[in-house]
Amino acid sequence: MPNSQLPSDAAKQGTVLNAVSSRADEPLAPLPSGLGDFWRSFSSNKGALLGLVFFVIVVLCALLADVLAPYSPIEQYRDALLTPPFWGAGTSRFWLGTDDIGRDMLSRLLHGARLSLSIGLVAVTLSMLPGIALGLLAAFFPDKLGTVILRLMDVMLALPSLLLAIAVVAVLGPGLVNTMLAIALVSIPGYVRLVRASAMSELAKDYVIASRLAGAGTFRLMFDTVLPNCMAPVIVTATLGFSDAILTAAALGFLGLGAQPPMPEWGTMLASARDYIERANWVVTLPGLAILSTVLAINLMGDGLRDALDPRLKKLS
Amino acid sequence: MFSFFLKRLGLVIPTFIGITLLAFSLIHLIPGDPVQVMAGERRLDPAFYAETLHRLGLDRPLYEQYGIYLWKALQLDLGESFVTHEGVWSEFLKLFPATVELAFCALLFATVVGLLAGVLAAIKRGTILDHGVMGISLTGFSMPIFWWGLLLIMFFSVAMRDIAPDFALPVSGRIALEFDIAPRTGFMLIDAWLSGEAGAFKSALSHLVMPSIVLGTVPLAVIARMTRSSMLEVLREDYVRTARAKGLSPARVVFVHALRNALVPVVTVIGLLVGTLLGGAVLTETIFSWPGVGKWLIDAIGRRDYPVVQGGILISATLVIVVNLLVDLLYGWINPRIRHAK
Repeated sequence: MPNSQLPSDAAKQGTVLNAVSSRADEPLAPLPSGLGDFWRSFSSNKGALLGLVFFVIVVLCALLADVLAPYSPIEQYRDALLTPPFWGAGTSRFWLGTDDIGRDMLSRLLHGARLSLSIGLVAVTLSMLPGIALGLLAAFFPDKLGTVILRLMDVMLALPSLLLAIAVVAVLGPGLVNTMLAIALVSIPGYVRLVRASAMSELAKDYVIASRLAGAGTFRLMFDTVLPNCMAPVIVTATLGFSDAILTAAALGFLGLGAQPPMPEWGTMLASARDYIERANWVVTLPGLAILSTVLAINLMGDGLRDALDPRLKKLS
Repeated sequence: MFSFFLKRLGLVIPTFIGITLLAFSLIHLIPGDPVQVMAGERRLDPAFYAETLHRLGLDRPLYEQYGIYLWKALQLDLGESFVTHEGVWSEFLKLFPATVELAFCALLFATVVGLLAGVLAAIKRGTILDHGVMGISLTGFSMPIFWWGLLLIMFFSVAMRDIAPDFALPVSGRIALEFDIAPRTGFMLIDAWLSGEAGAFKSALSHLVMPSIVLGTVPLAVIARMTRSSMLEVLREDYVRTARAKGLSPARVVFVHALRNALVPVVTVIGLLVGTLLGGAVLTETIFSWPGVGKWLIDAIGRRDYPVVQGGILISATLVIVVNLLVDLLYGWINPRIRHAK
């Protein structure tokens, strides 16, 4: 801790530092350790912990899908069409049953976790990075560039995000990659507005003015001085963006515009499930349950993160 | 108030122009040009191709094409469908009442239940009831609504058919096939009521139940959470303490003194949910074969009917802008501090 050396050093040096030393003479409160504080606050939220545990399980399923899945997700067992799960009249051959063309549900769900998480990860990265850059630009150059950026974002926000994503996919054509791109594109405005707003309020603060006076360049000011102090709400938004991406991707898959069969994407799995609603309810319930529980887990985590990272928001909720 | 109105309007116009640019470029960004898309797999005669291109004005410079597009759009001429050859605007007008009817019922359901749940959670803060309401609303918020629709169908029509056939809900359309209701207003509930046919209104209403619940679920969750936090803020205010100290009944304090002020942000959120409703309508209308604007758009994408996609997107976005503008103005009217803020 460099602070503890201040009193003795200051005594040797001139009057300027004496002012500092008189403050530093007072007993120092232990510096709050960021991570410890964060964890204490996060883990006091039971829902957030539950969400985290479930999310870790989903991540493990996704990473180990090849090992855990008993079968290939696209292999068709023609002798076992629509086999019920083990709690129905099923067998231990297919724990969660099979779908209409005899593919193992468990294997498809496990590989689906991999798809959903990748979609979330890619979409969040591809929307957060340009969003942050544009938001900072809009805050640092509020006159012309900022106005143009904001108007552009207004246009994108005028369309409900699902409709905009549908429009983008209509242009690019359906598919997994285009789904990710569409979701990333429609999520950019949220980050831009958020980063711009928090950067604007940071810009007026003394520490930014000080480092500007010390000669820091615009680039350094943007990414090194201001950005770290805007990250808390961005992280919270990214978490919610992650769950939103999974939901939107599943919706696009359900509409036939997202990942295409035979890919085991959860929403795509539900697209054809409607026909089996009377005969094979597990084909309908299981993929939806996977989507709901994953999204819920991430949203629970997001709530906990928000409370832990941003005390100002905590008061409101 | 007038200058506030002008200022807001000034912000809306560039956004609208941006939307028209977006809708315009949509048809030029698709691989191949519209004439090739119309022809589909068929081989095109070069002379006919050039002639059609010229007839549709697609051989002019882009800025000219955009100018013509914007001018026509302002006169509600959005081109005609490749498939039905009907005007996009008149097709929209036929389907719009179905979407409005569904959105209205969904919002009614979401607002009534959401407000009640939010108020209850706020006044019983920290109890099981509060945690329950918040847990359920976070679940609703995380719900893939297309799956929620399928679940409801599973329980309230498929399973119900075996348990209590009288209460089984219909899964598609706006009214039972046996009724032939003349469209007078386009709103099936009103038309069925006016027709005076026995059972028609009941049938129309029963067709609305599940779609409204599905479409209203996410807005319900948002409203409940918003009401709770807004209520908690207000309940801390001095005037609420004063009202309590005067000896007013708890119900009067909550519903008359606190709720009215807590409602201001909630009303704004309800206004902003219109976009969510339009987006959600795409999924809900698809599941329940509801003949509205959302299903129309999705079908058009499937058929590569680009004028409909283009027009539908332009109309939906314009609707959202207009509603948001109205909410803004309303908010400025209710709360002068917004009006005079820079």
